[in-house]
Amino acid sequence: MSHERALPTGAIGVEAVGMTMRFGDFTALDNVTVNIRPGTFHALLGENGAGKSTLVKCIMGFYHATSGGVLVDGHEALMTDPKAAHALGLGMVYQHFTLVPSLTAAENLVISRADAPRVINWGKERADLAAFMARMPFHVPLDQPVNRLAAGEKQKLEILKQLYLGRRFLILDEPTSVLTPAEAEDVLGHVRALTRAGEITVLMITHKFREVTRFADDLTVLRRGSHAGGGAVAELSHDDMARMMMGADPDLRSIDRTGGAGAVVLKLDGVRATDRSGLKPIEIDALDVRAGEVLGIAGVSGNGQMELMEILTGQRALEGGAVMVKGNAFTATRAEAKAHKVRYLPEEPLRNACAPKMSVAENLAFRLFDVGAGPKPRFWKSGRQIAENAQAMIAGFKIKTASPQSPIAALSGGNVQRAVLARELSGDVDLLIVSNPCFGLDFAAVSAIRARIIAARNKGAAVLLISEDLDEILELSDRIVVMSEGRIAYETPGATADVAEIGRYMAGHG
Amino acid sequence: MSTSADIGLWGVPLAILGGAIRVSTPFLFVSLGECLTERSGRINLGLEGTLVFGAMAGYAIAFQTGSAWAGVLAAALAGTVFGLFHGWICKFRGVNDIAIGIAMMLLGSGLAFFFGKPYIQPVAPDLPAIPLGWWSDVTQVQAALQINVLFLIGAAFSVALWWVFKSTRVGLTIRVVGDSTDAARAMGLNPDLVRLLATAAGGALAGVGGAYLSLYYPGSWNEGVSSGQGLMAVALVIFARWNPVYCFWAALLFGGAGALGPALQSVGVSQGYYLFYAAPYVLTLGLLIATSSPNRALEGAPGELSITK
Ligand SMILES: Nc1ncnc2c1ncn2[C@@H]1O[C@H](COP(=O)(O)OP(=O)(O)OP(=O)(O)O)[C@@H](O)[C@H]1O
Ligand SMILES: [Mg+2]
Repeated sequence: MSHERALPTGAIGVEAVGMTMRFGDFTALDNVTVNIRPGTFHALLGENGAGKSTLVKCIMGFYHATSGGVLVDGHEALMTDPKAAHALGLGMVYQHFTLVPSLTAAENLVISRADAPRVINWGKERADLAAFMARMPFHVPLDQPVNRLAAGEKQKLEILKQLYLGRRFLILDEPTSVLTPAEAEDVLGHVRALTRAGEITVLMITHKFREVTRFADDLTVLRRGSHAGGGAVAELSHDDMARMMMGADPDLRSIDRTGGAGAVVLKLDGVRATDRSGLKPIEIDALDVRAGEVLGIAGVSGNGQMELMEILTGQRALEGGAVMVKGNAFTATRAEAKAHKVRYLPEEPLRNACAPKMSVAENLAFRLFDVGAGPKPRFWKSGRQIAENAQAMIAGFKIKTASPQSPIAALSGGNVQRAVLARELSGDVDLLIVSNPCFGLDFAAVSAIRARIIAARNKGAAVLLISEDLDEILELSDRIVVMSEGRIAYETPGATADVAEIGRYMAGHG
Repeated sequence: MSTSADIGLWGVPLAILGGAIRVSTPFLFVSLGECLTERSGRINLGLEGTLVFGAMAGYAIAFQTGSAWAGVLAAALAGTVFGLFHGWICKFRGVNDIAIGIAMMLLGSGLAFFFGKPYIQPVAPDLPAIPLGWWSDVTQVQAALQINVLFLIGAAFSVALWWVFKSTRVGLTIRVVGDSTDAARAMGLNPDLVRLLATAAGGALAGVGGAYLSLYYPGSWNEGVSSGQGLMAVALVIFARWNPVYCFWAALLFGGAGALGPALQSVGVSQGYYLFYAAPYVLTLGLLIATSSPNRALEGAPGELSITK
């Protein structure tokens, strides 16, 4: 170890016994027992809102379970707060990054140690860190502030941090939802090697069956807060897993495409802007999206997709060129969006499309709270209208929430996504702009949302789909373009798309 | 032997330099205090009130005890109490640090005026200054380089604070809490406690800045002793990008701007010089506009700060 420590090393087993967790009168976890054997890679599956994050937060002492306990290596352990869990060798990589953005990777590592020295001798620490890194299967630059690292590097650093802290039981909450498939493969491969070597035990929450079969030894499934099944992964098929998650055979709708492309709805002409860092230009010379077609924008994250989305939602100023909707200049004001029936699902919807502390019902009413019976906008808000709308949308999109009155920030990640989609897909839509619509969603939700996007297309909406998931692009798009270094690098019809060719352009050499 | 040489227009830059050093000290202390507080993710607009109260408390205690340093200590203590109060209230849910800061600003000034009435007339001892201009015969040079001990302490402190942020556990802890409450919690830190202590320490520094006002320059206690330095320091910290060493240079710049009016007057400019008295305020506005951008987040801003979030 890079620093003196008398702790024993090697993987430990953890058992959660009879865990129950209530938020008010909502039961998020109901008497769940899970045993994770030492040195195994254990997967935790479940629909959005099934209580996966809640369970692991109880194990880590982040939440205080209403009842139930944790056994560490067979001994009862009192998890009063995360510190107690850390002292026993338990560590967690949270669903949202918990690295400190403005600190460098090295600073993040050193300060996270419980025995961080009062005065830090950077010369010595750097030497120790280099020695530690030399023993690790993957690396990240240590002297960059974390906010300059790519998502994959951040995730690696989160895992490195846990190993650096000498953790022997590691919980990963959807570690790959922010990673590209190749990055995910890389990171999980290394993690699995560490469990094989008997250094750590891993409990991973995921929605991706493929990852479960490929990397996990055992699995546990939660359904609506209860233990719904589990066992050795080798003996279970993807269908078995799906059945355990849903409680019945899942209805995976797939809607056929009908109709073809019509008139141009969205037109970008010579658009110029600067990216987030303020250094690289975004240059989109020409881009059209027609009614009744899905245009997919593929690309590795950080090549200007986020900025393109910001341009289209009015969050980023144009330096040149024009965005036209149905032949009119479009600056994404509320009035324009309403007149042209433009709807959005931006990425990180909790931040970009919600008022986090307002209630679910209020958030669902953002498109209609001022719509009156007549042509004039409504002055007094109608509580009944908001409540009825919320009820209909919560039922229609199966949004899991304790009540329509709870703040939207208390919803699980996937349910925030559903809530925003419910709001944006209500009523007539002529132009739908979506960015990574299925991030962090369970498989049933993924198929439901994709079906809704196709349904909107079939009804004649023009759909612009920005996604880092190439499979999603290939499945949904009528036409595909690749974005690289802030430009459109390649275009191909969806039906005849060549994955290898797209991959080459995504990697920056076409 | 010293001669009062006629150095003509050279007197202006010299007077500005001397003025900068003299005027900058309160800016320096308040901005270091604000920098420390903001790095922990809170903003304390109450430092203007702390400054005024520190000026009063410092003057009163110096007068009572006959020791200027006892006055400085009293001002620091008073500032700590104000900081603790701010930090304590802000820990409650739904409390806004900016609103509390404004309330504390009014409270601090009000209390200072109330308790300070009896001390407007008496004369308290001054803080000592070091004549760093001994090598020169020119009185103007000697006057400009008459440097107060607190200025030197403040300069040393800005470097020390920079080092603390970079190389100590306390400093990194403050930065963690200021940048991400979630990360701090996940690390097992108590963000409220860290912010409470950082706000208290920031208050102490602002108190010392106040003591400088009443015990050295201008060197007496009255109700107009501060001309908004406590508030301008907030802008100064933003301009200095939350870096204590930059705070030092920015304080000198603001001090120099503040000395512009008096310097011009001293060389006999008799018209329009009063416009230059507004220089610090114009500078504040100008710098904030010039260094901001609609498209980029402020480089170096602590992530949890309510004004930049
Ligand atoms: N702090 C909280 N207050 C109230 N309700 C909560 C809180 N945290 C979670 N919940 C509720 O508990 C349920 C389970 O949430 P949890 O975050 O554990 O889901 P999850 O299985 O991790 O889902 P996802 O796959 O979407 O991340 C959800 O319905 C959520 O709304
Ligand atoms: Mg979750």
